[in-house]
Amino acid sequence: MNDASENSKGDDVFTVKNLTMAYGDYVVMRDLNFSIKRGEIFFIMGGSGCGKSTLLRHLIGLIKPSKGEIFFEGRNFTEASEDEKIEMIRKFGVLYQGGALWTSMTLAENVALPLREFTNITAREAEDIVDLKLALVGLNGFGAFYPAEISGGMCKRAGLARAIALDPKVLFFDEPSAGLDPISSHRLDELIVQLRDSMGATVIIVSHELASIFDIADRALFLNTATKTQGAIGAPKELLNSEDRAVRVFLNRGVDPLEKKENKSL
Amino acid sequence: MDIAGNWLVGQKSTSLKKIERDLSSGISSLSFTTEKLGKYDSTLVSMLFKCHNFCRQYGISFKIDTLPQGLRELLKLAVAVPEADSAKKIGYNTHNIVRMLGERTLGFLDSCTMYAGFIGDLTITFSKAIFGKARFRMYDLLTLMQRTGPEALPIVALISFLVGLILAFVGAIQLAKYGSEIFVADLVGIAMVREMGAIMVGVVMSGRTGAAFAAELGSMKVNEEISAFKTFGISPIEFLVYPRVLALILMFPLLTVFADVIGMLGGMAIGIGMFDIGYEQYMNRTLAALDIVQISTGIGKSLVFGAIVAVIGCQKGLSAENSSLGVGRATTASVVQSITWIIVADAIFAVAFAIFDI
Repeated sequence: MNDASENSKGDDVFTVKNLTMAYGDYVVMRDLNFSIKRGEIFFIMGGSGCGKSTLLRHLIGLIKPSKGEIFFEGRNFTEASEDEKIEMIRKFGVLYQGGALWTSMTLAENVALPLREFTNITAREAEDIVDLKLALVGLNGFGAFYPAEISGGMCKRAGLARAIALDPKVLFFDEPSAGLDPISSHRLDELIVQLRDSMGATVIIVSHELASIFDIADRALFLNTATKTQGAIGAPKELLNSEDRAVRVFLNRGVDPLEKKENKSL
Repeated sequence: MDIAGNWLVGQKSTSLKKIERDLSSGISSLSFTTEKLGKYDSTLVSMLFKCHNFCRQYGISFKIDTLPQGLRELLKLAVAVPEADSAKKIGYNTHNIVRMLGERTLGFLDSCTMYAGFIGDLTITFSKAIFGKARFRMYDLLTLMQRTGPEALPIVALISFLVGLILAFVGAIQLAKYGSEIFVADLVGIAMVREMGAIMVGVVMSGRTGAAFAAELGSMKVNEEISAFKTFGISPIEFLVYPRVLALILMFPLLTVFADVIGMLGGMAIGIGMFDIGYEQYMNRTLAALDIVQISTGIGKSLVFGAIVAVIGCQKGLSAENSSLGVGRATTASVVQSITWIIVADAIFAVAFAIFDI
């Protein structure tokens, strides 16, 4: 699945330098500097509307940075030519918030499309791989269903099957537990860890689900809405007592453990 | 401030203007007495919230400790998060005509650039397709051809039959004054083949298919399906737009020929039924009036109209805003613009044909 030369765990997969994200004149976040290590489960967290999903869209190349650069495996992703970019993008698998399955195709066709387009395997082999990927996400036998015929949670899992169709080196998740009940959400978390362990992929997750963050994150990056830049970065358990007050408050659900409760007046 | 009586929705209460006037008269703190307060609902809370904002504005200290517990808690909640500056949208004044003109002009220039880019991408895709390198599914192309061709036949038949009928009726009444009803065959034949066939197919298809393309691609964008294509390195232009444009360009000439024939049948129904022209006479007159040049002008135009409907429908869909409202807007814009551009293109053709004497 991974080339031998790129198999060394711990080197940087993504390096973000001085990234400023903006829509026109409206700056979402500025001066982001961090790197994501190979094989880790990395969370991007922050309050609603802080630009988590926007950052994800920058990392997968859907939006161009208004300033700064993103490096993927040491190569400049921002400045890369269209062909180079496509070559890098093929190493990504993305699970969008609602699954983003192509509604005019069955689940099997959804998973098979990238296989047919980018590998030269036969239809029979593709079918076998599709069966395997659907089975991996617990959708064995649902291949002939259309996205409109299954539940939201199943759509999400089918989206995951499609995302791992080409054995990606980096897996992106946009709010994986949004809209899932606690049990399904926990199962999805377990599935993410298993996939990471078995495929050796790096996992980047955008989420504000504290349970998931404490459960499976190796490291997490906090985006601070108030300062419009990055807050603390590190293992979630350590961040609980971080020097960054905003991240402490976020991870403790609005309560700062280091601060005595004081009587607020208007 | 003494708060008394009932404060309920729909009841008259002290005007805010008066309160503000009193507050701005130089007092340094505001506290309340509520002994005579009766029933109250959000009307009172909203008045107090406004008072709080006035007080902040004039630097007056706002004391709430004498208010009932429930009111205190609600007020605390309301002022817990200060009003965000960035939340104030810069609304532009629609009454300012210069500004409006500027916005519209910039918007028009933007859409020109967008179309230029889109048509450029599409041209690259078409040239790739010539060398067999375009990435799309033949199955999609065939399904689209089925949807935009055979399935459109009934509505195209109905509309063109009626158009032929109307042309014949209006024309024959005038021609009858000179005793030359038979020329209605020429009139209907030439009008359908040169103009009405292609235009009617264009109008019907922009409402039927162009709108469908815009709505389809727009919802795909809202569902992030378009992003999903991009993150697999598959160009939506190649995979989604190219087969749609190709399907319409292939189907439009066929639909136009079909509309021409049905339109002439409509004319014939009037000619034979109301003006006693013989079947053979009508047929002979029609065939004498038409030649290959006239038929091919109509077909040539239909190729362009097909491209217009498909390109505008797809472009509007792909640039739709990410909401159901956005999809609705894209659909409307696609129909309006397609029909406009079909008429504009037809006018250009008319001038060009006149210059080159076709």
